[in-house]
Amino acid sequence: MSALNITKGSTSHSAYDLRDPYAEVIESHTLAVIVANESGVLARVIGLFSGRGYNIDSLTVAEVDHEGHRSRITIVTRGTPQVIEQIKAQLGRLVPVHEVHDLTVEGPSVQRELALIKVAGKGEQRIEALRLAEIFRANVVDSTLESFVFEMTGTPEKIDAFAELMRPLGLREVARTGVAALSRGV
Amino acid sequence: MTKANAGTMSGAKMIVKALKDQGVEVVFGYPGGAVLPIYDEIFLQNDIRHVLVRHEQGAIHMAEGYARSTGKPGVALVTSGPGATNAVTGLTDALLDSIPLVVLSGQVPTFMIGTDGFQEADTVGITRPCTKMNWLVRDTERLAETIHTAFHVATSGRPGPVLIDIPKDVQFATADYVAKEKVKASHYQPRVKGDIDQITRLVELLEKAERPIFYTGGGVVNSGPAASQLLRELVDATGFPITSTLMGLGSYPASGQNWLGMLGMHGLYEANLAMHGCDLMINIGARFDDRITGRVADFSPHSVKAHIDIDPSSINKVIRVDVPIIGDVGHVLEDLLRVWKSRGRKVNKDGLAKWWKQIAEWKAVNCLDFKNSDKTIKPQYALQRLEALTKGMDRYITTEVGQHQMWAAQFLGFEAPNRWMTSGGLGTMGYGLPASIGVQIAHPEALVINVAGEASWLMNMQEMGTAMQFRAPVKQFILNNERLGMVRQWQELLHGERYSHSWSESLPDFVKLAEAFGCKGIKCSDPKDLDDAIMEMIRYDGPVIFDCLVEKHENCFPMIPSGKPHNEMLLGEAETQGVIKAGGAVLV
Repeated sequence: MSALNITKGSTSHSAYDLRDPYAEVIESHTLAVIVANESGVLARVIGLFSGRGYNIDSLTVAEVDHEGHRSRITIVTRGTPQVIEQIKAQLGRLVPVHEVHDLTVEGPSVQRELALIKVAGKGEQRIEALRLAEIFRANVVDSTLESFVFEMTGTPEKIDAFAELMRPLGLREVARTGVAALSRGV
Repeated sequence: MTKANAGTMSGAKMIVKALKDQGVEVVFGYPGGAVLPIYDEIFLQNDIRHVLVRHEQGAIHMAEGYARSTGKPGVALVTSGPGATNAVTGLTDALLDSIPLVVLSGQVPTFMIGTDGFQEADTVGITRPCTKMNWLVRDTERLAETIHTAFHVATSGRPGPVLIDIPKDVQFATADYVAKEKVKASHYQPRVKGDIDQITRLVELLEKAERPIFYTGGGVVNSGPAASQLLRELVDATGFPITSTLMGLGSYPASGQNWLGMLGMHGLYEANLAMHGCDLMINIGARFDDRITGRVADFSPHSVKAHIDIDPSSINKVIRVDVPIIGDVGHVLEDLLRVWKSRGRKVNKDGLAKWWKQIAEWKAVNCLDFKNSDKTIKPQYALQRLEALTKGMDRYITTEVGQHQMWAAQFLGFEAPNRWMTSGGLGTMGYGLPASIGVQIAHPEALVINVAGEASWLMNMQEMGTAMQFRAPVKQFILNNERLGMVRQWQELLHGERYSHSWSESLPDFVKLAEAFGCKGIKCSDPKDLDDAIMEMIRYDGPVIFDCLVEKHENCFPMIPSGKPHNEMLLGEAETQGVIKAGGAVLV
């Protein structure tokens, strides 16, 4: 049909349902966003996600360079490849954003999360909880005769798995920090 | 902060000085408690002209009209609380149409922030999603620097509105002024040069394409007059057809021989069919808006698409493109022309000849044809006459939003950029009257006409007071059908002719209204009198409210109904029965 031998470019779905979940696979991506540490910057980033209907699975933020007024926001988000590209482009054009890194595609990375997990129980259940905590290398940071607070770091999946195991053993509360991530190597 | 700076001064003085240093000539504003120190400084100087508006929304639209017609950033000044919230519609409008604005708002003193003080609003919170960037300045030492940075951000990359919220105590406190040149370069430096490999790829496509089309947008206008010149050179040298979005009209002259007219929902038949049937689409500074694409799945299904845009987030947002080029239109077109010329200025002549033959057949459909009447004024006829009688004049057109806006885009021809001011992305009724005043303030000698509908016009009609006070001889050309025409049209086509609240009852007598404001009112209802009445409007040395009573039930065609692709356009009344299904009705 065309003299131009290039794959055609139109999308297969409408502008009104760009995020049709059946159109393409949903991927999870971890983004590291380096921002100027000024007031309102977190609201700007979060407002972008809520305003445009993007998902946030996890978000952490802290100043990482006091001299240079830089904060690092780590966001775990989900979407089709097209949506992920949009998210990165939209983040990139925010004026206080200095850098956007997609750790999921930029090579291997390490991801860690810290969790505090409160488990209450007596007798055999309590011993089992402690035994599992040792296997998962969780520390006991608070203890009463009827409860433990475990502290553990790991990937979100490891924390999920541990919390799931604690459920029948008297899981009471979980506090999680959200994911912090860095690329591997130099 | 060295001695070389202009010394210590109050925040309010600093604001006026910073505006002067930025070359600001006019500020559109409205005073209030939280900006009184700034107004005091304005009182004490004569370099910056202040235009007192009647409502803050008017101030922002005036600044937009000023900006769009000059290429310079528009500046507005509003007070805290309601002053700032009234600015929100205008800010959103400017954000969607990429208009550079710097808006200064007053705020309650820093020590009162968060106490629900009188006229306190979380202005930076409210305006965060409707500005490109905003700042709350808590320290007078940062004030001048922030203003200079604000101008840089508003005008760099994809332009847009920025807002600076300034608490009253920051205006009173003193600090050293920081000159424009002393401000540390912002890290915000969007890239303007396009990737040369991608540009070369596009040139290779240009050389071979059988059915190419240029699809241009507001980005060409924003890039500046040089970009329009380069576009004209490129179009004329390649011989390719060109169409434009609503926002891009005038970048390529309407009298140019390759011009197909506007595209999109109410675009021309030949422009839309050429978009649908092309094999190479070159998008220059447009953004595949839903008014342009229609049903995305069927948008130009057989074409290779290139997209030149300064905003990376515009690329692949709605339509996947094959050749993305991130950069400023002017810079990219310069490189594109250079590469194309250096490779021997090749085009596919045989293919192009066939393509133009096909386009000629589409043009022959004469899609803007309408049934004229010698009894009532057809809106299309009114615009045809306006065009004929003002052609060649130093003319600027603004519009409100609705049917009249689309007819104006169809029937008025623009030979140069920055001559056409309209609310495209947000579709803000009430934009046109204040925008026309902003344009007139920037171009005091020019003929500035706001093509309006009576319903839109009423939304900001208080600004006629501003036009009178500042002797802005704007012509308000109101196509009065006593209907919310576009709403009525959709109700006819989509909602079983149930005209729910889409007529204008209790309209004012526009001639008496004009007299009440102290300007001239003209009423015309007979097509035979129209030419004389339009000439009377043009010749009158002052603002005019022209009440042009037009056919009440005229529909705007061509039309691509919501949810339909380009090749399923409606050309006239006969084709409208039952065409829009439930699926289309949910779309806007």
